[in-house]
Amino acid sequence: MLDVAVTYNKYKFLGNEFLTWLFFIIENNQGRLGKTDKEFVSLDIGNRIVLEKKNQDSVDTITVTGDDAGLEEVMISLQKGAVVIELNLLYKSGDYDWKFSIKGESLNIFSLKVPRTGSVEKKEDIEGAVLEKMYLYEKVVMLVNMLYKEFIKLRISNRWKKETAGIVSWINSC
Amino acid sequence: MGLLTSSTSITQYRIKGKLKTPVTETVYKGLKQHIIKDIDSSEAQKTFGWTSFETPYAPDFKGSSFVLDTYFVFSLRIDKKNIPPKIIRKHFTEEEKKHLARTGQEYLSRNEKRSLKDNVINVLSTRIPATPNVFDIIWRYEEASLWFFSNLKEANEDFETLFFRSFNLTPIRLFPYTAADLTAELSDAERDRLKNISPSTFME
Repeated sequence: MLDVAVTYNKYKFLGNEFLTWLFFIIENNQGRLGKTDKEFVSLDIGNRIVLEKKNQDSVDTITVTGDDAGLEEVMISLQKGAVVIELNLLYKSGDYDWKFSIKGESLNIFSLKVPRTGSVEKKEDIEGAVLEKMYLYEKVVMLVNMLYKEFIKLRISNRWKKETAGIVSWINSC
Repeated sequence: MGLLTSSTSITQYRIKGKLKTPVTETVYKGLKQHIIKDIDSSEAQKTFGWTSFETPYAPDFKGSSFVLDTYFVFSLRIDKKNIPPKIIRKHFTEEEKKHLARTGQEYLSRNEKRSLKDNVINVLSTRIPATPNVFDIIWRYEEASLWFFSNLKEANEDFETLFFRSFNLTPIRLFPYTAADLTAELSDAERDRLKNISPSTFME
């Protein structure tokens, strides 16, 4: 049995590689994203990307914010060897929008905003409101879990070498 | 931040182990045994315990109020007293002066200072109410899955401690390794490869 704190630190690079890979897929192949959602429309980069570049004795953190801005800065950082450690995403399914962020090292979901639901005015409204919110959260959790599962299967397979070559080629073509 | 707020955070857990049947009764007992207790008039500076999702400041789990559809819905409440350092400093200085006058000492030793400061904090703690923070929980027992609506390290750690203490079940936080190991349906060979994996580089 592996120690939790040791395991967390030893393998947190997997979460950062996942976000870097996800950024690549979002920009290059949306068709690979919506496999578990019949109503999937799109998954796009939101207004915040955080990258990290490890140097010999230090770590640089680069935060790029703003709607539809800074992609050039992100690509330059990637070219210098940075990885994505935090990603804000916009998810569209059917007629609705979700907005959320993922942290690579923990896979935590935060700043999660789901489509507007009915207001809770009476005690009797609470049960319906919870179930509705649950359904809306589930969409994001399922999407993230499905994408991570696909990434892990790829990451530990022989196909990863080819995928990495594709990512490197894309980073350097920008 | 919680289940019904406009913006929220989720930490996913897998729950290892099974409860004694009837499950709802066992959950009720665990929640009741570790219900949040008020510390406003005591010297305690922090406490945490379970509370009701709907009435977090008046916890009550009677009538299976924590059961919603096929889920268990309840909350963790952490009550903490935050005494501003300047108030501690002020009261400490006053007490130090009184102590020196009473004993005729010129100054306090390091141990005496520490003891006096602890005493000041304890006295102030009985006069300052604790600030409550509530973190919602959704537990799908049949799926061995749980969502904790916060990413705060301290809140997650308190949750893990209290959950184990209450139900004798281990909540396993899903982070990159555990998510791969427990949810990606890996074969034994894939699991071995995962254990020995090392970082990739995306530079030429």
